Amino acid sequence: MSAARAGPEVSSLLIACGALAKEIVQVIRANGWEHMRIQCLPAELHNRPENIPEAVRAKIRQARGTYDRIFVAYADCGTGGLLDKVLEEEGVTRLPGAHCYQFYAGAEVFEALHDAEPGAFYLTDFLSRHFDRLVIEALGLDRHPELRDQYFGNYRKLVYLAQSKDAVLEAKARQAAATLELEFESRLTGFGELESTLVEFAGEGVEAAPPSAWKA
Amino acid sequence: MADDEQFDDGEDIDLSSLSDEDLVTQMHDDLYDGLREEIEEGTNILLERGWSAKRALDEALVEGMRIVGIDFRDGILFVPEVLLAANAMKGGMAILRPLLAETGAPPIGKMVIGTVKGDIHDIGKNLVGMMMEGAGFEVIDLGINNSVEKYLAALDEHKPDILGMSALLTTTMPYMKVVIDTMVEKGIRDDFIVLVGGAPLNEEFAKAVGADAYCRDAAVAVETATEFMKRRHNIRGAAQA
Repeated sequence: MSAARAGPEVSSLLIACGALAKEIVQVIRANGWEHMRIQCLPAELHNRPENIPEAVRAKIRQARGTYDRIFVAYADCGTGGLLDKVLEEEGVTRLPGAHCYQFYAGAEVFEALHDAEPGAFYLTDFLSRHFDRLVIEALGLDRHPELRDQYFGNYRKLVYLAQSKDAVLEAKARQAAATLELEFESRLTGFGELESTLVEFAGEGVEAAPPSAWKA
Repeated sequence: MADDEQFDDGEDIDLSSLSDEDLVTQMHDDLYDGLREEIEEGTNILLERGWSAKRALDEALVEGMRIVGIDFRDGILFVPEVLLAANAMKGGMAILRPLLAETGAPPIGKMVIGTVKGDIHDIGKNLVGMMMEGAGFEVIDLGINNSVEKYLAALDEHKPDILGMSALLTTTMPYMKVVIDTMVEKGIRDDFIVLVGGAPLNEEFAKAVGADAYCRDAAVAVETATEFMKRRHNIRGAAQA
């Protein structure tokens, strides 16, 4: 028996990193895209990026037959081109760039930020909100604060790339910088290329993301 | 005394009361648990018992880290545990290093290693350096954020067998090709074994940039480097024959 199809008005699926869920839902609502649904994979997959490509493939195959169009809301995300390989095989496209910091800030701005300070640690709204769980606990710093220098000894500052003007999240980001003993910088990016790419997808369809940011 | 009291987890084990075999097994456990002081104590006990520095290094420390590496690869251990284990091993290495130097044994080979320009992530590079040293290589660590000029200057100065380059970022890994292409331009590419590593890399990428091999973790780096050194010696031996 084939999978039940979504209603005629629900024809597009976004397979997204859990770290983008809140922002994507906001974009969908703001644009009134009632034909679009979102399914997320756990943000924790970033701790083992090698597992991202096959997890995405499984979601794509699960969704086939149910949705007319599928888009993957991941960047390369540390997969070194392996996600692109899977997406090429599956005929699905993704968000541009290497990671969410890049598509939020915009490629050129992010490159300039990185060139100016390679030792910058970035937070988004999601990471600011979940800093304790996804950074401090995941890196074992709650149990072993002595590891701080091994993880962050080469960093100079924490850059908070804010998707929203939220004083609470900014305060949390500032506190995160203090915890890691880093300088603090805040930049309001909004949704950046996340929104513009989704708008393209919602319209006529998106151009394929550059096949690989890593290819030499 | 009841058995469960005898083997109470909270009870300190007197390392000096253990047989050599049990002590080494206990040191593997202590490395796994990242207990630096216990590793230092165990290393000193083995030396007091007449073990050579090389044997203590190989059987207690390197073998212990090999087990840690396997469990990391299999997703049983995570980065914090590996870092703690590495810290413990460093404690033992600090005791053994001067003794190993005293023996005057030649290194298996020499490696220059560093993270590429724009990349400040050195956890993997440091683990590789430590395990290479443990395996008997001389390691010259260039640190982080290395330009092609810095790599070339180090190759010229130290004349290593191996160049190791590391990157964690998708955006910085293409710089490895810049370094290798420059080596080709200068006609020195084939003078060195070039190994690359880092979380987002893979074999396909290593091949595309012209490296000799991709090393997915520190243990593989040691195996690969050792294998390339054997081939190198064989080629040199054949040339001299």
